[in-house]
Amino acid sequence: MKYKIIKILTLFFFITTKSYAVVSVDITRGNLDPLPIAVSDFYLDLKLNDNIKKLQLESKISEIIKSNLSKSGLFFPLEKKSFIQVPEAAHNKPRFEDWAFIKTQVLVTGKISLEKEGRLRVEFKLWDVVSATELSALAFYTTPDNWRRISHMISDKIYERLTGEKGYFDSRIIYVSETGPKVDRKKRLAVMDQDGYGVKYLTLGNELVLTPRFSPTSQQVTYMSYFKNLPRVYLLNIETGLQDLVGDFPGMTFAPRFSPDGKKIIMSFAQEGNSDIYTMDIKTRVVERLTDHPAIDTSPSYSPDSSYICFNSDRSGGQQIYIMRSDGTNVKRISFGEGLYGTPVWSPRGDLIAFTKLYKNKFYIGVMRSDGSGERLLTENFYQEAPSWSPNGRVLVFYRETPADSAGKGGGAKLWSIDLTGYNERLIQTPTDASDPSWSGLLSPK
Amino acid sequence: MIFLNNLNRVALVFLATLFLGACATQQVTTKGDDAYTGTETVKYLADGVPDRVFFSTNKSDLTSAALATLAKQATYLKANPSLNVVLEGHADERGTREYNLALGQKRATTAKDFLVSNGVAASRIKVISYGKEKPVNPASNALAWSQNRRSVTVKTN
Repeated sequence: MKYKIIKILTLFFFITTKSYAVVSVDITRGNLDPLPIAVSDFYLDLKLNDNIKKLQLESKISEIIKSNLSKSGLFFPLEKKSFIQVPEAAHNKPRFEDWAFIKTQVLVTGKISLEKEGRLRVEFKLWDVVSATELSALAFYTTPDNWRRISHMISDKIYERLTGEKGYFDSRIIYVSETGPKVDRKKRLAVMDQDGYGVKYLTLGNELVLTPRFSPTSQQVTYMSYFKNLPRVYLLNIETGLQDLVGDFPGMTFAPRFSPDGKKIIMSFAQEGNSDIYTMDIKTRVVERLTDHPAIDTSPSYSPDSSYICFNSDRSGGQQIYIMRSDGTNVKRISFGEGLYGTPVWSPRGDLIAFTKLYKNKFYIGVMRSDGSGERLLTENFYQEAPSWSPNGRVLVFYRETPADSAGKGGGAKLWSIDLTGYNERLIQTPTDASDPSWSGLLSPK
Repeated sequence: MIFLNNLNRVALVFLATLFLGACATQQVTTKGDDAYTGTETVKYLADGVPDRVFFSTNKSDLTSAALATLAKQATYLKANPSLNVVLEGHADERGTREYNLALGQKRATTAKDFLVSNGVAASRIKVISYGKEKPVNPASNALAWSQNRRSVTVKTN
């Protein structure tokens, strides 16, 4: 309930014939030439009470917008101290010469006012400085404690208007927090905003937990736990805290993911030591077996239209990527490069599969088309794996481990993100070591 | 001048490739038999009965040393019919987490199958995989990895 936000489209000013956006971001390349953007502080309505003024939302909201846009690698937010016009005037009637003077092409302004029942109204406008036009404007209504989400939603609107693609800032990442020595690692589920803010721990660390994955449609997570020393796949609602064993399998279940409609879980079940791929319908509990092969079949992931599944198998002798129809027929190997391939995960756009590759003792995160062509390696390191896509299929988050010394000290795991182009690799700060990240969908998909 | 510079650079890159290539071939251990053969980290279920067997990279078949160890374990378990055990299968840190869970399960099950075929009742043996989650040697080197690719027989009563 807390996350419910009422959003109203106020003025959508750009008249379709007149102001075809002069500015737009070329997203097919890397971040070689990010677009200069000025994000003005918002201005506060004088009628706001002191409690709200104390929150300093006028600068905090614009800081988050700047940080999101900057981290995307596609934008270059300019320094606030170079701005000539004050926030209120800029929002009501920008003097475009002043903004053109500091060499920005785009301007973001905003206004914060109070509505009935203590709700905030946060309005923003996006201006094309070059053609001196308003590109879009939107107002959000929310409780004051929701200002971060509003900032992310505004960032998404700006991103979408300027790149022509959906944004990904109003989203979260679930991961495994790691503490303690390597031989006795304590692991807990943790969830945070996409920018690393607001980490919450969801389990206590009494049992080993691994590979959490967000439902694409709800606040549910599927993960693997060693509860009572029985390694099994579980389902957890992160808002209610309720959790549930997935199915009644007489052995280890692991490597879970949701189907795109959120109704099924696809996973591996190890029977007599042999791992094959199964699905279970969450509501009806009907189980279906999809592969039946003496080799290891695991790490399954659906295509976004649910018609195919990619997975990794060592049936050829080494770990490689395969696809099959979602009923288990037409199994076809798609990875043929040198080395081993694992953890395939289908892009939400449907065209690419991200993977982990091991080649000559190095680990790579890469992408290939779903027919196996066009392999591109994005990053090389001592150890890294488990890519997960941003909701718009633009960015990958994964974890990377550093080696321990001969005394077993110094090793660790951290979350990183990288742009699909291979540019803009970034560490995501977490309070503890971290692994197994999984990106949620957009929290408010519209 | 510029042309020469470029040539030099090409030569350098070429040399670097050769050098890296040489390094890589020296340390390739992913193919063939790289199972641990020493006694460090090994504990004993009883005098002369080692508690663990080791595996080659990405493999779950039993080496001749593993067969010998498991034969001793089978004899010991048959002589102590009230004992139950769990076989804990493990992998090294050089593989993806999910694949390693499957691999650990396969290794422990291979060990179990051998014990069963040598006369130990299947009902006395449980199997669990920890994948790469519980290394016995936390170092990041080939020795540690070989010691971590293991199936350990643990008494449960």
